[in-house]
Amino acid sequence: MLTIDFLINTISLGSLYAMLALGLVIVYGILKLVNFAYGELLMIAGYALYVLGGLTISIPWFVIAIFAVLIAAVVSYLTEMIAFRPVREKSLTAMLITSFAVSTLLQNAALLIISPRARAVPLPDFFSQSIAIAGTDIPIRNILSIITAVALFGALSLLLKYTVLGIALRAAADDFKLTRLLGVPANLVISAAFIISGFFAGVVAIFWTARTASVTPTIGAAPLLVAFVACVIGGMTNLLGAVVGGYLYGIVYSLLSLWLPQYLLDYREAFMFLIVILILLFRPTGLIRGNTTSERVG
Amino acid sequence: MNLKRQFSKWFQNNSTLVLLLVPLLLLALLTQLLGGTLLHRIVTVLFINLLLVLGLQTFMGNSGILSFSHIGYMGIGAYASALFSMTQEAKAATLPDLYPFLQNVHLPFLVSVLIGACIAMLVAAVLGYPLMRLSDAAAVITMFAVLVIIQVVLVHWSAVTNGPRTLYGVDNYTTLWVSVTFGLLAVIVAYYFKESNFGLMLRASRDDRYAASTIGINVITVRWLGFMLSAFLAGFAGGLWAHFITSFSPYAFYLGETFAILAMLVVGGTGGISGAVIGTVAVTFVHEGLRQIENGINLQGGGLVGFTEVFMATSLIALLIWRPGGIMGGREVSWPRRTPQSHEDQALSGSGKS
Repeated sequence: MLTIDFLINTISLGSLYAMLALGLVIVYGILKLVNFAYGELLMIAGYALYVLGGLTISIPWFVIAIFAVLIAAVVSYLTEMIAFRPVREKSLTAMLITSFAVSTLLQNAALLIISPRARAVPLPDFFSQSIAIAGTDIPIRNILSIITAVALFGALSLLLKYTVLGIALRAAADDFKLTRLLGVPANLVISAAFIISGFFAGVVAIFWTARTASVTPTIGAAPLLVAFVACVIGGMTNLLGAVVGGYLYGIVYSLLSLWLPQYLLDYREAFMFLIVILILLFRPTGLIRGNTTSERVG
Repeated sequence: MNLKRQFSKWFQNNSTLVLLLVPLLLLALLTQLLGGTLLHRIVTVLFINLLLVLGLQTFMGNSGILSFSHIGYMGIGAYASALFSMTQEAKAATLPDLYPFLQNVHLPFLVSVLIGACIAMLVAAVLGYPLMRLSDAAAVITMFAVLVIIQVVLVHWSAVTNGPRTLYGVDNYTTLWVSVTFGLLAVIVAYYFKESNFGLMLRASRDDRYAASTIGINVITVRWLGFMLSAFLAGFAGGLWAHFITSFSPYAFYLGETFAILAMLVVGGTGGISGAVIGTVAVTFVHEGLRQIENGINLQGGGLVGFTEVFMATSLIALLIWRPGGIMGGREVSWPRRTPQSHEDQALSGSGKS
């Protein structure tokens, strides 16, 4: 049952989920904001692919992809600057409702400006090809997502370890007040977190839209839910936890698909969310504990 | 004389209730007099929304916990009440796989709605009890998880809900005055809950959880009671809505509706009944008005899908930036007190009653 293609597909799924969770947690760790608009960043990147791919001058695919990721990061930064920064000092509820409103706004703006119907995104040929490994055909896309995830995790951990910005980000996640007292500008750290978050959303969007080769206004809902679950499994305060949570989500989800009887298969999502509730009840810090759990910024 | 005095004393303490109920009643009367199908529909929906928003307020406003699962209980109330009130023929047509013991049940409208509300409350009681010890982000995510679970179950439990397809064949019982009656009742219930001992304890736990526990408040129990009342009101609203709209699918009870109801409460201000009422009236009229314009233009071939939501979301963000407490900022409308004695009262009680 546990064949090599099952294994690689699961790890590839887990890689996407881990990147999703990481993007959500990097903002949560600092602001304690559960960003409901996170899924819409994927949608923005998807539409960027569609728009750039539909231009009359033909641009190489990887240039389009890079632009799409950058646009997601920029939009993430803009939402932070316009919507979240003014309510940051107020209440947690105000910030959560703001993020919910931003999500609704972006989603319906896509409906209004583009179309409720699915739009095709450009895909390079190698995305739909497979190569043979140990006798089974593995889609190149899946291998690519694993490689991308590993490379990005490596780059991010280097950034966090060795640059001033990275150290400031880590310090802010541990104790934001103290970090500010030491002279780190709050706006800069928070903006950086949002930009990194948008960047990860953009990267995931490329793989996510490739599954159906299309983008719709509501495409962000499913990945947002995945990111929520993965974060809670791994622990909301810890970046490593998010990555572990993402991979675990991939594994549990694949196994549920394999083992659940047919009539329960439709309830897979409900089972995943049941796990979330159980974890929050019995181990609220997640599987991997952060160093400190401080109160939120305020 | 004595009666008059008693009344004026009651009025002084509870002027909020009168100041809210009278304009709402006038609005309903005005609708009745002016007529017009569209206005009738909008005002009927408005009072159902009022039930929903007040239900949300009883928990969220008093406990300070953002409840995303609220619309889920509305959905449970809608489906459960429909199952009890539909005729046997209608059930046979739209729900062929329904369990035999439900097939022949056909109860009066209000009884069904009440049963639906009770089922919603029971589900909330069972799901909610373990969740009540969570606060902040953990509470938000679990509440959201509950909403997703309810949604998944509604979409896939075909025997009872007709799956993702539309459930049709529900009879139209909810008239303007049915919805007005229960909307006004909800104002009274929510008001007295807020002012009751339980409400006070719940508000104390909102302001400082630990301080509340030290004076002997069982935070989990009071939250739980508030949550159950909240789910009951939502379930009731769902039942009324089902018998107004007569055909619906599970997708009506998800994020879109959640956003609309949250917006109503937040625009008015979460902390008080007045905020909930004012927010509901204002947002319902703006929302339905824009929707009419949007539909009108779409019928003529213009593409304006999503315009209403874009406008609502933008205004909500702007409101949260400039006036995060909502229009009322958590205060209640009240009649200014005039007698010198009551001035003293006010000075003594300070800001205790807001």
